[in-house]
Amino acid sequence: MDKIKCAIIGPGNIGTDLLYKLLRSEVLEPVWMVGIESGSEGLARAKELGLKTTAEGVDGLVSHVIEDGVQIAFDATSAYVHADNSRKLNELGVLMIDLTPAAIGPLCVPPINLKDLAGRKTMNVNMVTCAGQATIPMVAAVSGVQEVEYAEIIATVASKSIGMGTRKNIDEFTRTTSAAVAEVGGAAKGKAIVIVNPAEPPLMMRDTVYCETVDEPDQKAITASVHEMILRVQQYVPGYQLKNGPTFEGRKVSIFLEVEGLGDFLPKYAGNLDIMTAASVRTAEMFAHDILDGQLELEPVMENA
Amino acid sequence: MTLDDQVRGRKLKLHDMCLRDGMHSMRHQITLDQMVDIASGLDDAGVPLIQVTHGDGLGGSSLNYGRGLHTDREYISAVAKVVKNATISVLHVPGIGTLDELRMAADCGAGCVHVASHCTEANVTEQHIGLGRELGLDTVGFLMMAHMTSIDHLFEQALLMEGYGATTIYCVDSAGYMLPDDVTARIGGLRTALKDATEIGFHAHHNLGMGVANSLAAVAAGADRIDGSAAGLGAGAGNTPLELMAAVSERMGIETGVDLFKLMDVAEDRVLPIMQQPPRADRDSITLGFAGVYSTFLYQAKEAERKYGLSARDILIELARKKMIGGQEDMIEDTALSMAKERDLV
Repeated sequence: MDKIKCAIIGPGNIGTDLLYKLLRSEVLEPVWMVGIESGSEGLARAKELGLKTTAEGVDGLVSHVIEDGVQIAFDATSAYVHADNSRKLNELGVLMIDLTPAAIGPLCVPPINLKDLAGRKTMNVNMVTCAGQATIPMVAAVSGVQEVEYAEIIATVASKSIGMGTRKNIDEFTRTTSAAVAEVGGAAKGKAIVIVNPAEPPLMMRDTVYCETVDEPDQKAITASVHEMILRVQQYVPGYQLKNGPTFEGRKVSIFLEVEGLGDFLPKYAGNLDIMTAASVRTAEMFAHDILDGQLELEPVMENA
Repeated sequence: MTLDDQVRGRKLKLHDMCLRDGMHSMRHQITLDQMVDIASGLDDAGVPLIQVTHGDGLGGSSLNYGRGLHTDREYISAVAKVVKNATISVLHVPGIGTLDELRMAADCGAGCVHVASHCTEANVTEQHIGLGRELGLDTVGFLMMAHMTSIDHLFEQALLMEGYGATTIYCVDSAGYMLPDDVTARIGGLRTALKDATEIGFHAHHNLGMGVANSLAAVAAGADRIDGSAAGLGAGAGNTPLELMAAVSERMGIETGVDLFKLMDVAEDRVLPIMQQPPRADRDSITLGFAGVYSTFLYQAKEAERKYGLSARDILIELARKKMIGGQEDMIEDTALSMAKERDLV
């Protein structure tokens, strides 16, 4: 079968884990890894795995896009540079999957709204954040049963699992996740908190979701909905586990999760990377299927001066 | 050289925490009137720095930490109206608060910000320290749970924050775990590692009853700022009681510029009456200091004891074993639920 050719921008923790998953995909083929430091370990690793590489950022990629047939790109750098990366590649008809919290395109949390995105003509899709991917399915599980006035998520990640890109934009991370908790999770208002813990051995990603329902929570229905959603997420993140809950205190529903990674690049404690990259690959695969079926034609986007 | 020799003649800025760290012990329910009353008293007593924010900093009002009775905007604005000389400061923790909230605080009258991170994660504070400087705030890098990393690593983290633009660096004993030699080593080393112009601060919790002793050790090693709370109102067993630090400072010739008797009166007449119970080094608070657990975990651990019949001390020790850090209140309930299941209590 033909595969859709892809580029990864950012050879850090997220970009490299993504690469390993793309190498297993039946419809996606990674051909380029883009970085900005010539001495980068990530670029060297990508080269060893057979990809073309450049240390000149997206500028080093653009002249090769058409001749190499790149149709999808993943941005795993940081929010500050994303808009620029997206513009340059959209101009060449490349669909951008944004793994930074820049969020200039529609937000995607696959078990909730991947199908909705299929119909939209969009050249940029934002994957929210790792915390968002881990928690928003739970918010949706509750809001699917009854109205949620407020949802709050707390994501704890191992220090070793988050790189400089994420650290430099913790603010965007917090704000994008908060907004997505509301917009995609279906709560009237959302809040996100992120904690970075340096414990050795590294901690497994932990996520806590609190939902305040408008009326008295329907405990049975909510519990069933939560368990059903966990199964849906486990289809692409097998290490997604409910540790405790759902518990109910007044109108507050509490859900305690743990996310274990596959161990593709970083060891299993970095479930936060896994859920992000697995969700991104799943999203890209849907678009790839549509391109291969002739249902989707990517068109260059030219920004008006 | 005696301790007296080391500190006599030194200048010290006392920074009150009872309207921020004290929010933890008051479950974030301090009223606007109480804030105004206490802040004006502290100002009148010559306390130069007064911190006013939700216990967990800007944006801390949440289900995880507890909702504030009022918003930070309301608290800061109310205090800004009455304070004439002191600088109002705020706590700001990247990952909890956002840059917009820091802009709001500056707009409302804050003149100083403590940008806080866990002691090994200083590089998440770059954006926030940068904004603090841009806004013209006295910008402090606040390294929390400073007992949880090697001394050398602490210095590296401090240098990062200094590099981002922080003009004061704090060594924060969030768990009240440290003993005087630990403080001397850290503050002394920071004094050597940092630029001469960079000030050094120390923030103690009184969980092992070492607030004043540790703060004195800090001053002797070169600290320019000491955090404390009037009447000790702060998380766990409270902070170093500010009026105690002021009294000891006066006896030892440390110049704080504070009117001791006025400060004692603020503690006794304005702060003590608002407490349901004064913070005390009880069985659970001692455990915080002994095991090295973030002081705010006290309240939810006690709550879990009430709900599930577990011992709060057992929960706190388990949290220490799991190496939980500041901000991880959700893990208290999670740990309690797991323990309760194991012990067939639920």
